[in-house]
Amino acid sequence: MSELIQLVIGGLSLGSMYALIALGFVVVYKSTGVLNFAQGGLVLCGAYFCYALRNALGLPFALAVLLAVLGTALVAVLIERVVMRRMIGKPVFAVIMITWGLLIILEQVPAAVWGYDLLALGDPWGMGMAGIGGVQVLEVDLWTLGVGAAVMLAVYLFFARSRWGLAMRASALDQEAAMAQGVSPGLVFALAWAIAGVIAALAGVMLSGGVRGLSPELSLIALRAFPAIILGGMDSPVGAVVGGLAIGVAEVLTASYVAQHAPFLGQNFHLVMPYLLMTAFLLVRPYGMFGTKAVGRG
Amino acid sequence: MHVPMNLSATSVEAPQVVAASVSRPLARPPASIGWGLLALALGAIFVLPFVASDFWLSILNYAGIAAVGAIGLNLLTGNTGQVSLGQPFFMGVGCYAAAFAGQDLGLPLPVWLAAAMLMGALVGGLVGPFALRLRGQYLVIVTLGLVLIGLHLWQNLPWLTGGANGRSVLIAARLGPIDFSALSVFGTTLARNQGWFILIWLCALGAGICVLNILNSRSGRALMAIRDREMTASVIGISVSRTKILAFVVSSMLAAAGGALYGGYVRYAAPTEWDLLLGVQYLAMIVVGGTGSVLGSVLGALFVTLMPQVVKLASPYLPFVSFTPGDGGIVSLFALNQILFGLFIIAFLMFAPRGLAGLVPRRRGRPPTPKP
Repeated sequence: MSELIQLVIGGLSLGSMYALIALGFVVVYKSTGVLNFAQGGLVLCGAYFCYALRNALGLPFALAVLLAVLGTALVAVLIERVVMRRMIGKPVFAVIMITWGLLIILEQVPAAVWGYDLLALGDPWGMGMAGIGGVQVLEVDLWTLGVGAAVMLAVYLFFARSRWGLAMRASALDQEAAMAQGVSPGLVFALAWAIAGVIAALAGVMLSGGVRGLSPELSLIALRAFPAIILGGMDSPVGAVVGGLAIGVAEVLTASYVAQHAPFLGQNFHLVMPYLLMTAFLLVRPYGMFGTKAVGRG
Repeated sequence: MHVPMNLSATSVEAPQVVAASVSRPLARPPASIGWGLLALALGAIFVLPFVASDFWLSILNYAGIAAVGAIGLNLLTGNTGQVSLGQPFFMGVGCYAAAFAGQDLGLPLPVWLAAAMLMGALVGGLVGPFALRLRGQYLVIVTLGLVLIGLHLWQNLPWLTGGANGRSVLIAARLGPIDFSALSVFGTTLARNQGWFILIWLCALGAGICVLNILNSRSGRALMAIRDREMTASVIGISVSRTKILAFVVSSMLAAAGGALYGGYVRYAAPTEWDLLLGVQYLAMIVVGGTGSVLGSVLGALFVTLMPQVVKLASPYLPFVSFTPGDGGIVSLFALNQILFGLFIIAFLMFAPRGLAGLVPRRRGRPPTPKP
């Protein structure tokens, strides 16, 4: 039983990071209509900024994280301002492809500078374990859960209480009406990308902290947030969180139990399991748990 | 935790963006290939093998294989507006179908090629209805999953794919008395690259003519109507899902043909061949070449295949490229290629959205008369 609890906590920790990446994706999708594949690149960007600030400049970890978050938000806003702003009104296909192009560049630049090796982030958690009533949990997992919950709460408060959050919700609902009320679409777009950048950087730091380590493979982990988005519904922030947690738990449980009970499914089955889950979901609930169904003729 | 951000209750479509207008058609109306261009293509196919060096022929062979898959993808993405990363998966299907038919069962060229295309179309027809039932851009995510599921599958079907070690693909390229692996012309036997060049580029030409004919038909106009405005298309009586599935099946079929040719030409296939990066490369080909244009698919395939070679030739003169760790360069050849690749995608989309084909001067004359 305690093994199951340990696995579930590990799964929730991983899942909360999928949830954050998915949340960043949904915020951009809802406010700008862009299917942003570069999100994984921003995750990588944040983690490598943190690594560079911590190891090259020797800053304290907390300060390095803060600066990495700001730096990634800046990169995201620059991407929006320099590239995405020019693509407004262009075919959806072109917009998707341009985010793939950005992903390729964001993936390769850190690799060109720091190589493909697994690096230690320089975080304070290391291999530390915490014991709660006989259940042994990695310290980094607890911190990840805490950071995840804090970010989700902050995002919630931002959208529910703040003036800018209200402007963004209004703009997502009806852009023209929002513009008529004095909401600047440019500000909304920039904010959406900045939020995506902040969330991505935090997810990147947490995903490469502790025993996990940092390598360009990180952007592949970010791709597994896509099943979370499909599970939750592409345009639902709640869905992103629930979908992310579900995918994380399911992945960790399969990783542990398939090897024991169903080895015929093959090595690394847990890495494709999210996509199988996604496919199954598309068959029964194509618009996800919380997504809104497209309305239209036939 | 309740997060009341999900306000939009009526539409899942992307929020209307400022200045969003009806998307303008991406490409010129398709023309049939025309006798002049056909003669030119045939001329190139039968002259180039005797002019180009063995090295460049092998590069052009890879480009030709890529062109077959890119022509298929362009029909789906450029003409129908459905973005797919799934080409590598279907290339895998085609390659293993050809290896099974041609090597394990020892069947000849027409049969293994047909088997590959049939399997590609069949699997595409099975996946398509699920992948395409949603509005909006779900297909790109579904096909991303498909490629990753495929990779897992290829690793775990050792009887068919050889598992992680890959498998040999020794299939005969013989058509009646003609053996493309050792063509004999006026008593001299040609090198393997020369013969395969003719075979591969004849296949690419066939794929191009086939897709041009589809584009000039009722179905072709239906595809483009769906791309330009799905709801309008459905209102004027086009069966949207059936037409999309048709495009998906043709695209998968051509990808499978490309996969079969790839296996046969390389004589070996590792499961890691069919990865996500390849899917992105195919999309890049049609972006660079020109979306919705058959000629563009070919130009894009040539560009994406030739670019790394050109970069490699130029790299000794670029001081920042590193060949071995610690020689003063800051970027490896692979990383440089990838970064250029990303930059080209972005640059073409921003500054030349019609791609290379858009730079080719438009042919004068009457637009093709629509057939009933």
